[in-house]
Amino acid sequence: MNKVSTNKFIAAGFLVAALLAGGVSYYASSQPDGLEKVAGDIGFLDKAKDSAAATSPLADYGVKGVDNERISGGLAGLFGIIATGALGGGLFMLIRKKPATKK
Amino acid sequence: MHIPDGFIDLKTSAAFAGVAVVGVGTALRGARKQLDDQSAPLAGLTAVFIFAVQMLNFPVAAGTSGHLLGGALAAVLVGPYAASLALTVVLLMQGLLFADGGLSALGLNIFNMSIVGVWTGYFVFIFIKKFLSKKKSSIIIAGALGAFISVPMAAAGFVLEYALGGTATFSVSTVFGAMIGTHVLIGIGEALITGLTLSAVLATRPDLVFGYKGSENGLEIRSHA
Repeated sequence: MNKVSTNKFIAAGFLVAALLAGGVSYYASSQPDGLEKVAGDIGFLDKAKDSAAATSPLADYGVKGVDNERISGGLAGLFGIIATGALGGGLFMLIRKKPATKK
Repeated sequence: MHIPDGFIDLKTSAAFAGVAVVGVGTALRGARKQLDDQSAPLAGLTAVFIFAVQMLNFPVAAGTSGHLLGGALAAVLVGPYAASLALTVVLLMQGLLFADGGLSALGLNIFNMSIVGVWTGYFVFIFIKKFLSKKKSSIIIAGALGAFISVPMAAAGFVLEYALGGTATFSVSTVFGAMIGTHVLIGIGEALITGLTLSAVLATRPDLVFGYKGSENGLEIRSHA
């Protein structure tokens, strides 16, 4: 079977994720999500406190100091997938079964 | 779905952080036995893909949006243990870098999405798959159904946390009704995205799909019997 190599598959998948996080995310709905909406409707949204990470330069999926919303959100998305890939990929490669080279 | 700080009291948050540590520890042990040179990079890609798609809020009803949780999708792609770890990595990044989901609420969010979302999605997938023929389309249907159920189940996780340590005084049944109603709708979007993604991967590299490998083995064993 003529199949796509695993490396190519991973690269293509990463590219799709980059397009989604870096570009398509600009068009995402900005309405409150399910939990936020429920909290607002019932009346406990005001119990929410700012996260200790709220001062992060990437807080709320924007890059602090970049005014253009499309660029700011896109860069934040790209940074997010790179960071997730580094931590996730690193973790999974570290814990995987190593090929038995010596028997 | 990402709980901010302040909704649930610190005592309950700490208790769920403990549960999360146990769950993630179990997932680490399980994934260590399963991941190899082929599946480890796919698990990393799964985390990346879920992070990206979680940014894509879709409208579900007047003034409400939802986004993929990805627990069932990840469980079908890379197995429930690696899926649990992938979701945890995503939640860590979101909480630490993007202030999405509170830091004291991290254990609550890991419980709802990395544990309840992944495992309920996976169990529904396995259960439905038993009744279907061993075809790719069955994997898509069973995965989508698992995804659909996993979202209100994760929402029920929040209701449990609210019942145990909610800082507001509204009745648990009010919160339950609103959370489940909204998240059944979001579950439809979850099922669609999960089905589409599984179709794409099954069309390209079916051999990489954890939930499909089982089916192939099943066929092999029978044909040799």
